[in-house]
Amino acid sequence: MKKQKRWGLYFFLTPVLLWLFLLIVLPHIDLLIMSFRSETIDGKAIWSPANYLNFFEEPIYWLTFVRTAVYSILVTFLTFVIALPLAFYITKVVAPRFQGFLLVLLLLPFWVSELVRVYGWMILLRESGVINHFMIKLGFLNQPVEMLYRDSTMILGLVYTSMLFMVVPIVSVLESLDNSLIEAAYDLGANMWTILFKIVIPHATPGIVSGSIVVFMLTLGNYLTPNLMGGKNSLWFTEQIYNQFIASFNWNQGSAFGFLLLVLSSLVVWLGLKLTKQNLRKVVQ
Amino acid sequence: MAFALGNVYAAEELSLLTWSGYAPQNLVDKFQKETGITVKVTNSNNEEMIAKLRATRGAGFDLAQPSQDRISSVQEKYNLYQPIDYSKIQSDLMIDSMLEAVKKSTMVADKAYAVPFCWGTSGLVVNRKFAPNASDYADILNAMYAGRISYRLKRPTLIALAFSMGENPFAKYSDAMAYKALMEKVGEAMIAGKPFVKNYWTNGDALLESMRSGEVHVAMAWDNGGWKLHAENPNIDFVAPRSGALGWIDTFAIPSKAENVDAAYKWINFMMQPENAAVFTNAEKYGTASAGSGQFLDAEIKGNFERCFPMKAIANIKWYPPVPAKLEEIEGLILDKVKAAK
Repeated sequence: MKKQKRWGLYFFLTPVLLWLFLLIVLPHIDLLIMSFRSETIDGKAIWSPANYLNFFEEPIYWLTFVRTAVYSILVTFLTFVIALPLAFYITKVVAPRFQGFLLVLLLLPFWVSELVRVYGWMILLRESGVINHFMIKLGFLNQPVEMLYRDSTMILGLVYTSMLFMVVPIVSVLESLDNSLIEAAYDLGANMWTILFKIVIPHATPGIVSGSIVVFMLTLGNYLTPNLMGGKNSLWFTEQIYNQFIASFNWNQGSAFGFLLLVLSSLVVWLGLKLTKQNLRKVVQ
Repeated sequence: MAFALGNVYAAEELSLLTWSGYAPQNLVDKFQKETGITVKVTNSNNEEMIAKLRATRGAGFDLAQPSQDRISSVQEKYNLYQPIDYSKIQSDLMIDSMLEAVKKSTMVADKAYAVPFCWGTSGLVVNRKFAPNASDYADILNAMYAGRISYRLKRPTLIALAFSMGENPFAKYSDAMAYKALMEKVGEAMIAGKPFVKNYWTNGDALLESMRSGEVHVAMAWDNGGWKLHAENPNIDFVAPRSGALGWIDTFAIPSKAENVDAAYKWINFMMQPENAAVFTNAEKYGTASAGSGQFLDAEIKGNFERCFPMKAIANIKWYPPVPAKLEEIEGLILDKVKAAK
């Protein structure tokens, strides 16, 4: 009996381990090795930390890095601010039979690829686009304004892309929030804000944190949205990795950047967990 | 018998790594009808082609179409391609001088690695109605066209701007330090002119769309894009810049671990047949390296060349010499700086 159980365990565990090892661990080891190699002027490969030093010596690299991190945190926060009332509405306010329908509506845009969604936004926002057209027709504007290619547009796009990943975990924790707690708070004279900060947010914290981790990671690693919607001012750290690999043929430098991004995201997530006093195990449940 | 053979070949496949528009669907169908070989097309650009082949050490594709100046240095370094067996190429189909030029520029250790397919130039595409005086690369940094300018953040832009400053970047290819200093100068000019840029285009169709809608009046782009737009709106046309259009030749090169080399040669010979080459040129407006295709070309194509390339402009075309390794890194950093600047 016991033997059979163990056999089953191995049987189901093997694909997962193979997946992890072959597709994640192995390439990362290769990247790590590559990131510590560099070429001398006469083309010989040597071991050196030069790729990492480059990052700190060239201001444009770490400035882009900081910019990417700050914007990702901002996007995560904005997504949270929009997602919380939305999730509350879906779980507590609306009639239960509409809940599923509303969630499907949220999910709907994700049935097409990110590229199509971003192009959709571009058609709406561009100078000769739909919004400008109607604004002029209705007399709000005299001449079209370029709404694309700004930092604000880029943030809009990133928030839109990550909404779902914040709403769903918050919905699932709010479902377990007992309505009578809120009713009791009202009975005792609490106002809306007190209830929000004393009851709803503390209860939803695990969902908020796990949603934030996902949104933050997705935003940090996004390539398409900053590139297409941010236009000329949108240098994002992923683009710099792409440029190193593709445009400069410098795979060693690209790998070093990749690792720096990995360290950065792990660090921010760790800090976030510490600050909100959550632990990872509870959050991922 | 022929029928039976057709069946055997039905499973044969040619995996082609190329640029968008280089393998028109009607030619792919015709090729399949003639040889039974299915062509699987992957669209890409020079940089991605090299990266893809480098990742697999030259496997995964039977035929690639890099530009002639991007072959010899990567061949030396990564051994991505195999030498061309010119006896299998119907060389009488090609313009002789172009074939010889490509052989020479892709020569590594006495072996040549490519045959020419098509050629074109980069220059300005201008909407004459709004920018009647735009005539040189410097105009993509010109405050007069603020908010109406678009170009690619890629190496041709750096090279073009260096020429418009009166320098010759190609002469500095062999001197990395001098080249770096020149590129830094170009980068500074680009940063100074950045407020006037509408966007940096990455996709040719997206650029055509912004020119069509009047969002962009001056762009640095390929000649064929300007000609496509000229057919729709006579105000828009390609302009060979005063300091010289940048001439490129795209080629056929066979990756070192190609599986179906025979099919690759068949496709090359097929595409260079005058009537097939003309189908491609009529649709995409690029110049062809096929010698006898003139009689099959639309009158419009001839008109384009005559209108935009008088003898003086042709003599002034700056053809790309092979790019030495390491220059891409210098250029990459400059381009990153331009992109990051406010």
